[in-house]
Amino acid sequence: MSAAKTEVEYEAGRQRLRLLSTAGPGLGWIVLFLLVPSAVLLGIAFFSADDYGAPVLPLSVQPFQQVAGFSLLGWDSGNIVIFLRSLQQAGIATLVSAVLSYPLVFFILSRPASIRPLLLLFIVLPSWTNQVVRTYAWLELLGPDAPVTWIAHHLGIVPPYLGLAPGSFAVTTGLAYNYLPYMIVPLYASAEKLDWTLVEAGRDLYASGVKLFWHTVFPQTVPGLLSGVIFVAIPAFGDYIVPQLLGGDKALMIGSLIANQFTETPDWPYGAALTIIMLVLTGLGLIGFRILTKKIGGGEEAAI
Amino acid sequence: MTLPAAPPLTAARGAISLSGITRIFAGHIPAVDHIDLDIHAGEFFTLLGPSGCGKTTLLRMIAGFETPDAGRILISGREMQEVPAFKRAVNTVFQSYALFPHLNVEQNIGFGLKMQGVKTPERKKRVDAIMELMQIGQFATRSAAQLSGGQRQRVALARALVNEPEVVLLDEPLSALDAKLRAELQIELLRMQKRLGMTFIFVTHDQHEALVMSDRIAVMSKGKIQQVGPVLDVYEKPQNVFVAEFLGLSNIWPILSAQGQTAQTALGPLEVADVHLARLCAPPQAPEAVPPPTPGRLAMIRPEKIWIYNDAAAPTGRPNMFPGTIREAIYMGASTQYRIELHCGQFVLAYDTNNQAAERSWRPGENVAVELKPENIMLVEP
Repeated sequence: MSAAKTEVEYEAGRQRLRLLSTAGPGLGWIVLFLLVPSAVLLGIAFFSADDYGAPVLPLSVQPFQQVAGFSLLGWDSGNIVIFLRSLQQAGIATLVSAVLSYPLVFFILSRPASIRPLLLLFIVLPSWTNQVVRTYAWLELLGPDAPVTWIAHHLGIVPPYLGLAPGSFAVTTGLAYNYLPYMIVPLYASAEKLDWTLVEAGRDLYASGVKLFWHTVFPQTVPGLLSGVIFVAIPAFGDYIVPQLLGGDKALMIGSLIANQFTETPDWPYGAALTIIMLVLTGLGLIGFRILTKKIGGGEEAAI
Repeated sequence: MTLPAAPPLTAARGAISLSGITRIFAGHIPAVDHIDLDIHAGEFFTLLGPSGCGKTTLLRMIAGFETPDAGRILISGREMQEVPAFKRAVNTVFQSYALFPHLNVEQNIGFGLKMQGVKTPERKKRVDAIMELMQIGQFATRSAAQLSGGQRQRVALARALVNEPEVVLLDEPLSALDAKLRAELQIELLRMQKRLGMTFIFVTHDQHEALVMSDRIAVMSKGKIQQVGPVLDVYEKPQNVFVAEFLGLSNIWPILSAQGQTAQTALGPLEVADVHLARLCAPPQAPEAVPPPTPGRLAMIRPEKIWIYNDAAAPTGRPNMFPGTIREAIYMGASTQYRIELHCGQFVLAYDTNNQAAERSWRPGENVAVELKPENIMLVEP
């Protein structure tokens, strides 16, 4: 009896070992490179800054007050503006990439099945080169002498001696371009599974054109669209390279603001507090989005 | 493409006329091959055939999902060549039902009316009325995913009927249901059709379903129509071997030679009637003359039309009486199916109803005589 029990214990031990050896490395990675740094960051956010911006005692909530816009000189709306601008840029970039993705996805699906993977590869291919390089390319494309800018000059959108970059337009363009594949891939995955009988049913029931798309195709692609929105909006919101290169001073986003606190004008506790607040807001946004998704997915509330 | 002159617009609402309809998918033999067919207003018409015979393709062309490569379709007397699916007064009940998963039952049913621009109060009235008729009112706010197969079928039918179309197309709508529910819904569907008086075109591969439900049947094979006619005609007077065998079991022997009304077959000489008898149906059909047997055609008799006698008690002096031995008896409840080996070596399949079981059932090994009455023998083309 006791021998059997030992065998059971051995088996339990082996199972623990298997679990540890499979899940262990991943968990270790997360702990070492995500949880520990986040904890350190959280800690730093409650220190004061010395003259060089490094964290020193005493503990303080001043960094968070700074985030909210309060400083020795009184309240300033700068951070709120930057936050709202980040939200706006990410939002527009997400919308643009979604609008661009739909025709592209259905174009790919209209091609023979054998060449679809190749076409998808072309979509993903640019992201194999460095983001900095691609963003610099946009700087050239939207610069003062570029054809696009020339058109803008003639339409009177920009004065003749300026380019479209740097500026908000360039940032939105850069973000939308950069994250487009992250919208296309999930959208393609859900469009590929589209039940075309439902589209036929729609045609049979007197729907055509935009109505047909809206009532029979679009609802079926909502799951893919929602994943795409998450994949695009969150990284775009915190993006650093694009606003840094294409934004200039006029289009500062939250990512650049944080980076500045660790480089140009060091203030580690303030930078840490900014990061924590951004993480919390992103997390809240995700939760809100989950609730929304569940509601739409539930079918009852989708009054499309 | 030049079209023959259009017929005068006298066709009734819901009548369909197909002429020379052909559909060829790239690189294949024709899926639908020069079909001419007239479907009357208000009838329950069935396209029956094995899978791949072209029946669904034909239905899809009437719906407007497929475009014929040749031929013309008239619905209620109107040309349909240039009319897209969403402008045809035709509604489809799909095999998979194709209910919109993001809409509830009520919204699904009201979809067609909404797309046609019917305003909310009127729409609600009509949706409620059809839900009442189909007895699905209690599911109004449920989503399609929360319904059983039979309920989905009713919703799909209601979604088509609420538009009051000229023609309702049904693509194997009962094939996903279990046998009992299927039998119930067959009758329900039939009653609904008779009550509303709409033209129903029903596609199925199930011959039993076709017999139960249809006014008329078109039997299809390899893109062509083999026979069109009232249920009774198609079953009792099949024109060829395919139709005979597709609609039920049959005994078939090629005619080797013929003299007058006597055909020479593997059974020996077989007497064949020169008229089809009058039958009890509405309207009653008069006896009708049939051409005499000729070599190349086949003699066919349905198993339930074969009379079995005790060997000793068999009547004498009657034609087509063949002695034999019961080889197999399969009890099927209402009837028993016998496989009988005749003395000439041929086998026949016969049904006998079990109305007086003890007296009229035979066991394997018993000697019997079978009578193939001349009037029950049909002559069919190969």
